[in-house]
Amino acid sequence: MKDRSRSFVFVDILLILTMILPVVAGIVIKILTTPASEGIAIAGAQIYFTIPMPFQDLPITESQVNSLLVMISITGLCLYLTHGIRAHVNTKRQLLAEWIVEKVDGMVGENMGEYFSGFGPFVAAILALSALSSLLALFGLYAPTSDINVVAGWAILVFILITYYKCKAGPWQYVKSFGEPVKLLAPLNIISEVATPISMAFRHYGNVLSGAVISVLLASGLQGLSSMVFGALPGVLGEIPFFRVGIPAVLSIYFDVFSGCLQAYIFAMLTMLYVSSGFPQDEYEKRKLKRMRKKIKAQH
Amino acid sequence: MLELAIGIILGCCALGAGMAMIAGIGPGIGEGNAVAKACEAIGRQPECKGSVTTTMLMGCAIAETTGLYALVIAILLIFVAPSRLVDLLMTTLGR
Repeated sequence: MKDRSRSFVFVDILLILTMILPVVAGIVIKILTTPASEGIAIAGAQIYFTIPMPFQDLPITESQVNSLLVMISITGLCLYLTHGIRAHVNTKRQLLAEWIVEKVDGMVGENMGEYFSGFGPFVAAILALSALSSLLALFGLYAPTSDINVVAGWAILVFILITYYKCKAGPWQYVKSFGEPVKLLAPLNIISEVATPISMAFRHYGNVLSGAVISVLLASGLQGLSSMVFGALPGVLGEIPFFRVGIPAVLSIYFDVFSGCLQAYIFAMLTMLYVSSGFPQDEYEKRKLKRMRKKIKAQH
Repeated sequence: MLELAIGIILGCCALGAGMAMIAGIGPGIGEGNAVAKACEAIGRQPECKGSVTTTMLMGCAIAETTGLYALVIAILLIFVAPSRLVDLLMTTLGR
């Protein structure tokens, strides 16, 4: 371990800073932009500024900025974990990186089958982004996942993937799949197809948002309680909300840590299940065989 | 008159939000059933506790969806609908 050169340590420190600085920057932006007089309020994402666009103005909100910060942080984490990687394991961080990759690859192999074995990075990216976005609430920042626009974007991305893999056996096969099992059910099938991204987005965003709303309600309730009990104390002592220290943290463990990580896991799991179950394996192989036969015929 | 109209709007929004959350009963019963069955399964076969637990959590999260739809509607009714409806009332009255 002592053979590390000075430049190696320097790069290490830089990467650690890339991990930590985005969060610090988020906190600083939050402190600078929050009006001082504002009490506890349930509000959506703050709009920092709007960019004029031809059809509709593009507002740059807290959720966009925060999710970008999370992305930078994750990039720093990945680079840090894989920095100085070697063929034989000799550092803890390499062990951790290999463990993560093995876990995700195992999950993908178990749930999606052999054809989708290259899906590991995508699933891991969704997992990390979703989980760390929800965990951002621990720092008092606005969690990007409690904004429906962010989660709806992910859900639409997943929907495009699902449709792409459904079309693998030919577009006609995709259209025909709506008439299963009876042609009469086609409208219902189309509705259930459209409901997939909506339910994915609402599930994730609703869980995180409900946690945030309940936390704010509890905080305001505790503030009222402490001002009722300690309000008679003289000076600044009467204004400090003593009950708000520590008690909301218990709820935060459930709503931010447990629920956030669980929703990230579920989002990744549903992505895998929908993509792999939408893929028509038999038809795809038949089509492949047909094409190969055509090719061989054309050659002769 | 205007005060009465605004009062009716606010009150009905709050009532609607409360009624929407009746939908919370369904996921509650469903998740309770799921957890009960999972406990039974773990009791019968303690060795497959891990996979039963993950499957149960997945199922619970999916069963929760209908409740979350109701939650979204309730949140919209409380935070978004009143100001929109009052604005609409003002514009129709021309004030």
